[in-house]
Amino acid sequence: MNGLVKFMHKIKPTFSEGGKLSFLHSTFEAFESFLYVPGTVTSKGTHIKDALDLKRVMIIVVLALVPSLLFGIWNTGYQHNAAFGLNWGFWQMVWYGFVKIIPLYLVSYIVGLGIEFISAQIRGHQVNEGYLVTGMLIPLIVPVDVPLWMLAIAVAFAVIIGKEIFGGTGMNIWNPALLCRAFLFFSYPSKMSGDTIWTGGLTRYLSDGTAYACGNGVVDGFSGATPLVHAGQGIQALDAANVSFLDLFIGNVGGAVGETSVIAILLGAILLIWTGVASWKIMLSSVIGALAVGFLANALATDATPYLQLPAWYHLVLGGFAFGTVFMATDPVTSAQTETGKWIYGFLVGALTVTVRLFNPGYMEGMMLAILLMNTFAPLIDHYVVEASLGRKARKVKIA
Amino acid sequence: MSNIIELKRGLNIPIAGSAALKAKKVVIPDVVAVKPTDFRGLVPRLLVREGDTVLAGSPVFADKVSPEILFTSPVSGTVSEIVRGEKRKLLEIRIKADKEQKYEDFGAVKVASLDGEKIKAALLKSGLWPAIIQRPYGIVARPSATPKAIFISAFSTAPLAANPEFALRDEFENIQTGINALAKLTRGGVHVSFSSSNYSGTPFHKLENITPHIFRGKHPAGNVGVQISHISPISKGDVVWTVSLAMTAAIGKLFNTGRYDMSRLVAVTGPKAIDPSYVKGIAGMPMKDLTEFFDDKDGETRVISGDVLTGTNVGKDGFLGFFDDQVTLIKEGTECEVLGWARPFRTKQFSASKAYFSWLSPNKTYEMDTNTHGEPRAFVLSSVYSKVLPMDIYPVYLLKACLAGDIDKMEKFGIYEVIEEDLALCEFVCPSKIGIQGILSDGIDLMMKEMA
Repeated sequence: MNGLVKFMHKIKPTFSEGGKLSFLHSTFEAFESFLYVPGTVTSKGTHIKDALDLKRVMIIVVLALVPSLLFGIWNTGYQHNAAFGLNWGFWQMVWYGFVKIIPLYLVSYIVGLGIEFISAQIRGHQVNEGYLVTGMLIPLIVPVDVPLWMLAIAVAFAVIIGKEIFGGTGMNIWNPALLCRAFLFFSYPSKMSGDTIWTGGLTRYLSDGTAYACGNGVVDGFSGATPLVHAGQGIQALDAANVSFLDLFIGNVGGAVGETSVIAILLGAILLIWTGVASWKIMLSSVIGALAVGFLANALATDATPYLQLPAWYHLVLGGFAFGTVFMATDPVTSAQTETGKWIYGFLVGALTVTVRLFNPGYMEGMMLAILLMNTFAPLIDHYVVEASLGRKARKVKIA
Repeated sequence: MSNIIELKRGLNIPIAGSAALKAKKVVIPDVVAVKPTDFRGLVPRLLVREGDTVLAGSPVFADKVSPEILFTSPVSGTVSEIVRGEKRKLLEIRIKADKEQKYEDFGAVKVASLDGEKIKAALLKSGLWPAIIQRPYGIVARPSATPKAIFISAFSTAPLAANPEFALRDEFENIQTGINALAKLTRGGVHVSFSSSNYSGTPFHKLENITPHIFRGKHPAGNVGVQISHISPISKGDVVWTVSLAMTAAIGKLFNTGRYDMSRLVAVTGPKAIDPSYVKGIAGMPMKDLTEFFDDKDGETRVISGDVLTGTNVGKDGFLGFFDDQVTLIKEGTECEVLGWARPFRTKQFSASKAYFSWLSPNKTYEMDTNTHGEPRAFVLSSVYSKVLPMDIYPVYLLKACLAGDIDKMEKFGIYEVIEEDLALCEFVCPSKIGIQGILSDGIDLMMKEMA
C-alpha cells in the first residue's frame, strides 16, 4: 500500500500545474484522495481537525443502503420466480436479482461519475463524493425492468440539471436521485407506469414472449400490480391480492428494487440516526405527518370511498414511503436546515405523500412528488423559522 | 448567589499533553518581540529605531488612528531589529534584553483615589490599554467609548489551556486591584464568569466589586463571547469590553507597583511537548528558549502560541503573543493514510461524530496532528455546527452572509456577537473542512470597513 502512495507521489507532478497532463488534475486528485487521505495540513484557523470528512459521511450512507440493496437483489429473483412459477431455490433467486441489478449500477455509476468528472474537469474543481450516494440510490428507486438507455438519460438529466448547473454537491435544490426517478416517470409514462414494469423479466416476456431464464409463461392470476395499486382500491383489494401488513413490512412484494423491505430500511435508519448523518427529526415528523393524514382519512371514510378506509399505518409500509423518509427526505443538502424547520418539513413530506396517494388514484406514488415539492419549499420554511427566531431575540433584547 | 447558566452544547477536545501543575524553569529571554499583528485591524506607527534603548514600559509603537494608545516594551534593552513583511507591513520589533531589567516607573497609586479618566490615562501611557478588547469585532478598545459593561472569564475551557488557579496563584491582590480600576471605566459593572466545577474551590470567588456568573458546560463555555451572549447579548450600537484574567492581574500590578510587568506563567502543552508543564516567562519571549520541550525526533513539530483552535503558528523561531499564556506543540500531519476515510476503525483519530468509534473511549486522549483529514467542500451537513455552539445564532447563515459580503444579513445573523474563537469549534468539527474562522475574519474586516 505504501508503494501505491509512492507511485502516486511520483506521477503527481505530471498532473500538477505545468505538467504534461495538468488538464487532468481534477481527475488525478479525485483518485488520489479516494486512495488515501492526503497529507494536507491546516494553514489558517484551527490547527487540528476532526477525523470526519464528507467521504466518511457518504460511505456511511452507502453502508446504510446495503441491507436494502441485498434484500432488493433477493426480492427481484423472488418476484420473478413467483411470476413465472419456477420453483427456484434461494441462490437462484439471488443470482437472477444480481444479474438484473448489476447493469443498473453500472449505468448509474458510469454515466453519473463520468459527468461529475467531466464537469469538475471543465470548471477546474475537485470531484465531489456526493455521487457515491446518489449513484447507490438511483438503482434502488427505479423499477427493475427499466430500459438501461432510459436510465442513462435520466441519470444524465439528474446530474446535469439537478446538480451540476447549481454548482455541485451542497448547492443543489432537489435531491438528484429523486429527480432521476421523476424524469423517468414523466418522460416515459407509457413505459414506466402500469403493472408490467415492476417484476423482473416481465417486460421482455410481454414483448418477445420469452422470459430471461426459461420459456415458462406467467402463472395464472398473476397481475404484476404493486401493493400500492391494490391499496388504492382499499384494504379489501390488498387482502384479495394476498398481501398482509407483515408481507409489506418484510418486503417480499413488488415495487422498486430497494424500497419494499421496511426491515432492511430500518436497519439503515438505525445506522444513519446513530451516526447523526441523517436527521431523526425529519424521519419522525414524516411518519407523524403520514399518520395524521391517514387517520383523518379513516375518520372521513364511507363505504363509497374504500381507499379512505385503508388503515393509516399501512401507508408507512406501502410503496416508497419508508425508503423516501429515511434516505431521501433526510438529504442534508435539500432538506430544511434549521431544527424547527426539519419538523415542519418532515411533517409536510409525510402528510403530502398520503394526500397524493388518497386523492390522486391515477398516480399512486406520492413520496417522490412530496419530497421534491418540499425540497423546493425547504428554503422558504427555513426563512420563516429564522425570521421568527430573530424576531423573538429582538423582543427579548428590548425587554431586557 | 446567581444561578448556574447551563450550556448543553459544546465539545471538549481530548488532545494529549496537558501541563502538569509545576513551574519547570524561569525563562530569561535574550531577545523578545513586540508584534503589532497580535491586535486586530491595528495600523501601527513606529516610535523607535534600531539601536534605541528602551525600558520595560517604554513605548515602541502607537495606534495610527488613536495615537494615545501606546504599545510598550515588556523588557529593558536595545531595539535590535525591525522586521517587516510584504508591502513593508510591520511584523515584529525585536528587542535585545539587558541582563539587569530596568522598569519605567509609572508610580504606585491607590485606585480608590483615582477617577475613570486618570485610570484611562495611566493604562494608555503604560501600554496596558491594548489588554482591553472591545466587542463587537474584538479590536483594541476605543478610549473614547464608554462600554455597557466589562466582562472577564475566570476560567478557560480551551484545549490544554493554562489553569488560572495555578498560573495566577500569587496574583489575587493584583486581580482585585485590576477589577477595581476597570470598574471605574464603565457604569455597567465588571462581570466575572466562573466555572461551576470549581466555583467554591477557586480563590477567585472571593473577588469583590464584581457581578458574578456561573457557567456549566463544555468548551466554549469559558469563552467570554459565549458568556456575554448569555448574560447580556450585544446588539447593534452596543459596546462592551472584555479583559482576560491574566491581563487584569497585569493592570492591577501597574497600580500596585507602578510597573509594566508582562511576566507570566506560560503552560507548555501538546502531544509533542516533553514533560508538559509551566515556565515563568514574559510576553514576546522567544520559542527558542523552550527547545528542551520539543519532541522533534519523528518529523516536524508545529509551535503554536496559544491553543490548537485559535493560536498562531509562530514556528520555532517565533515569539509568544501579547495575550497568550500557552504554547502548544503538535505534529505536522503530512503523512498520507491509505483509504483512511473508509477504514472502520481509526483508533488514533478523534471524531466528535459517531461515524468513528472514538465515542467508545470517552476518557482517552489523542495525539492529534495538523492533518486536515479531508479536502475542502461546500457546506453539506448543516446540523453539526450548532451542536458545538452554545449561542443563539445560526452559524451557517452568518458564514454564508460573510461569504456573500452582505452587510445587512451579517448584522441580522449576529456578527456583533461573535469573534473567531467563538466559532473555532465549528471549524474543528466541520466535515467539509471549511476555513470558518477565516471567513468570519474577512466578514468582520468588511464590517469594520463599511461601518467606519
